[in-house]
Amino acid sequence: MLQFITQPWPWYVAGPLIGLTVPALLFLGNKSFGISSSMRHVCAACFPSNIPYFTYDWKKEIWNLVFVSGILLGGILAFTLLNNHEDIVVAESLKTELSGYGINDYSSLVPVDIFNWDQIFTLKGFLMMVFGGFIVGFGTRYAGGCTSGHSIMGLSSLQWPSLVATCCFMLGGILTANFLLPFILSL
Amino acid sequence: MSNQNNISDEFVVDMSDDVQIREQDRMNVNESQLEHKWYHNLKYLLVGIAFGIVFIKAEIISWFRIQEMFRFQSFHMYGVIGSAVVIGALSVWLIRKFNIKTIYNEEIIIHPKTFNKGQVIGGLLFGVGWAITGACPGPLFALIGSGATVIIVTLISAIAGTWVYGYFRERLPH
Repeated sequence: MLQFITQPWPWYVAGPLIGLTVPALLFLGNKSFGISSSMRHVCAACFPSNIPYFTYDWKKEIWNLVFVSGILLGGILAFTLLNNHEDIVVAESLKTELSGYGINDYSSLVPVDIFNWDQIFTLKGFLMMVFGGFIVGFGTRYAGGCTSGHSIMGLSSLQWPSLVATCCFMLGGILTANFLLPFILSL
Repeated sequence: MSNQNNISDEFVVDMSDDVQIREQDRMNVNESQLEHKWYHNLKYLLVGIAFGIVFIKAEIISWFRIQEMFRFQSFHMYGVIGSAVVIGALSVWLIRKFNIKTIYNEEIIIHPKTFNKGQVIGGLLFGVGWAITGACPGPLFALIGSGATVIIVTLISAIAGTWVYGYFRERLPH
């Protein structure tokens, strides 16, 4: 049993568990599943700066900040207690391509050849960690949600604007991964 | 809400200003009308912990898995998102069908999302960021927990992006 838990979980275990988050949050307190809005609440709590978008009673949304704190804690627990310390297994075609960019370390969930503190002030590292993060924050708020709010919660409640958003997430991602990212990685 | 609103419009906005502002993006508006002590929030911590563990163990938050997904090299992420939506949709259908109430016996409400251009423009932008960082907002939190401490920088940057969106919101096409 423990061996099963410490191995990477297959999609048909993980997907349904994530899907169950939708009814769990609704049942526990009428909460619509969504994560990116937590960053809006952080802005509202820390730097509202009289911007209408951030001047609301963020304390009513504190559950969302508690929820994302839980995700952080869950990350720590999974990493410390449920880890099998093996390299992540990826598609051979991806491995071949990435080795061309000097990415050979599969010991972490992120490629530590790029995502490490020494790389932040290199052009590649800055584009990937700082600029990338910035448009994740900007884009999700502009779209009114992220993968959880639109793709899981929105699609689960059959909302067509969420289907539009999800298709745009995928389109932007597919174009970037195949055409823009190879350029960034070769910098 | 532009400054050109006439007086009656502003009056309507003022009537329910807080809910209006929080509903601007129709996301994550706290639907419950009940007031609770702080420890009632702990149940969301538990859901978050479970969620974070699934994130890590299914490697959904891995930059490598995201690259595989966008390059159509693996079914894993499609299986995860697809089965999550199926189970989520089935749950929402059951909740509506049997009119299931919350644990506080409140009626469960899901607000409809309204379409605007932001879902296209913002959606494409987020897609770019998702492919570059290999993470959507939820995974950022889990990744920091999994020891990739440098992702703290990415999270702070994402919060900055959120703030800049809020600053320019009225001037962006929606």
